[in-house]
Amino acid sequence: MQNAMSGYCLNRGCVKKLWRLLCSTLCGLFLLHSPAFAQQAVPGGIAERAAPCIACHGKEGRATSDGSFPRIAGKPSGYLYNQLVNFRDGRRKNAQMNTMIAYMSDQNLKEFADYFASLQPPYPPPQAPTVSPSELERAHMLATQGDPARNIPACTACHGEKLTGTQPSIPGLVGLSRSYLAWQFGSWKDGTRKAAAPDCMAQITEHLTPQDIAALTSWIALQQVPVDMRADKSIASAGAIKLPIACGSYIEQQREQQREKQ
Amino acid sequence: MKRIALCILALIILGPLAIIGFQWFHDPGSDRKSAAVADRAQLVARGEYLAKAGNCIACHTVRNGDAYAGGRAITTPFGKIYGPNITPDAETGIGKWTADDFWRAIHNGKSRDGQFLYPAFPYPNYTKVTRADADAIFAYLQNIKPVTQANKDPELRFPYSRRTLLAFWRALYFKPGEFEPQSSQSAEWNRGAYLVQGLGHCGACHTSRNALGGTTTSADLAGGMIPMQDWYAASLTSDPTTGLGNWTTRDVADLLRTGVSGRGAVFGPMSEVVYGSLQHLSQSDIESMATYVKSVPESEAPDVASAPVAEDARTVLGLGARIYRKQCVECHKADGKGMPSAYPALAGSRSLTAQSAVNPIRMVFNGGYAPTTEGNPQPYGMPPFSGTLNDEEIAAVVSYIRMNWGNSGGLVSPVDVARYRGLPAE
Repeated sequence: MQNAMSGYCLNRGCVKKLWRLLCSTLCGLFLLHSPAFAQQAVPGGIAERAAPCIACHGKEGRATSDGSFPRIAGKPSGYLYNQLVNFRDGRRKNAQMNTMIAYMSDQNLKEFADYFASLQPPYPPPQAPTVSPSELERAHMLATQGDPARNIPACTACHGEKLTGTQPSIPGLVGLSRSYLAWQFGSWKDGTRKAAAPDCMAQITEHLTPQDIAALTSWIALQQVPVDMRADKSIASAGAIKLPIACGSYIEQQREQQREKQ
Repeated sequence: MKRIALCILALIILGPLAIIGFQWFHDPGSDRKSAAVADRAQLVARGEYLAKAGNCIACHTVRNGDAYAGGRAITTPFGKIYGPNITPDAETGIGKWTADDFWRAIHNGKSRDGQFLYPAFPYPNYTKVTRADADAIFAYLQNIKPVTQANKDPELRFPYSRRTLLAFWRALYFKPGEFEPQSSQSAEWNRGAYLVQGLGHCGACHTSRNALGGTTTSADLAGGMIPMQDWYAASLTSDPTTGLGNWTTRDVADLLRTGVSGRGAVFGPMSEVVYGSLQHLSQSDIESMATYVKSVPESEAPDVASAPVAEDARTVLGLGARIYRKQCVECHKADGKGMPSAYPALAGSRSLTAQSAVNPIRMVFNGGYAPTTEGNPQPYGMPPFSGTLNDEEIAAVVSYIRMNWGNSGGLVSPVDVARYRGLPAE
């Protein structure tokens, strides 16, 4: 390949010229194809294009005091991307999300995911629990040890020791409100939240009782957010865990990452 | 006397039978045969393009499902009907169909077994398609991956559930016949007319329908409510207020191909049309369609509601102005001119002057991004306000944008808004 190239282009200056030629041709093509309307100075960055998201998800995606909109800032990009695709394709049901992005390309959704994954706004303080201390202790055991007899793996097995998530696509749970968490368990139960098969969270939710869910959501919402929540440091790397249960969206993401590396 | 009564009785029975018999046995276009095609690959490629122009995939594919395997529910005022499997699967698709069968369906709205097809399949438009184009689409559909997926029966109320009765509907509203070019018009205009009237089936939404689902006048494209979807399909006539009179041909072409333009952006069901169909058409076909659409004459009754502003209306508009300054002004600007193409202008927007305020009401509810297209690869969007504004506030702000900057729309009441709250987006 290199030899073939050197026949046409021998030195660095020549490569630069070729590059410039390529750029100007591409720009020309783009201009030819761009619509004729007078383009006004709209900020073209992703922050501007993602502005509609923060109307519900809060400044920089940090969530609002209304518990129904989750924090999206600082989640692994793969997780955010999976959810956007699931909303667009109707696997996850939410009238607003389904409508907003119904006709957007994978590429656009990836840009949104990368953008919010890169943000690290401050977290809300932990929420006061609504269940008894003994229930909280039971939730603590369930979250960190699981219950093998009932086929329930520990939350920490996948979501990370500090529940801050695992690359590339397992979300952190700390900082999510109790009501949002409870709503998600409900959605897995009634099938309005689905993921690529095998849908591991839907399977786990089947084994959870309403008491388990009340206790777990209270316990998770009570957890202190680690001081250093920078994505690259706090989110566990992909190799750090071995999934106790097969997850379609995790397998797909890993395959994709491997393809990208190749 | 008795004889007269008998004659009347005979007419009552024989008349309908004659209509059914005529519709059943009359097969116009059956004399049009396939022309021999040398290059089959080229035929298939052309068919793929034409299938996109017709947006066949939209009704014949369930969301996230196998392409063309059917199953999508089309909700009509008469009940639900499901797009059938048109992959070449022999048992559940159209694998056993011939090009003649396909032509009859497209041209004359009949299935392979001769049964009348429900006009949810837009054969009153597709009848304009040429035999050569129908053959190309058929060749393409026979070339895609066969998928075994059984068709779902229609769920229609009586009497609409009786297919035979479609004979009467056909007698009233269906006129089979290929598109006939007008020699007085340019080739571009004729190409545009062929696409708009035929495969594009624009009139299926942009021409209003009567209680029986027939298009009332001869495809005037003057706009109307889309039955069951609760979106208003805007007028495509030359009316300067509600139609495209103030749009340039370039504006129309931009909107069709990219989803955005200097005059407005697509939303609601038109987003799907741009995303799945129009963005894939050639620039010259899009320009032809725009040229034709720009030539559609004004309709007789412009669909505008304008009421004098009463004293209590001033209170509503005052509230609307306050909400506008707080929620909308950043993107749509104080002068209502927006920042095209990212944020459409509201001043002079025809969506705001139509008699029905359903479009702005639902846009404020749902928000949304323009579709991603090659010509608009990084779309801008609007947040939903259904959670932040109540019915009274939405009524006020929609009234404000409909009546400000010279817009001639009317006041909207909170009751109008409440009707559309919680509607599924699709």
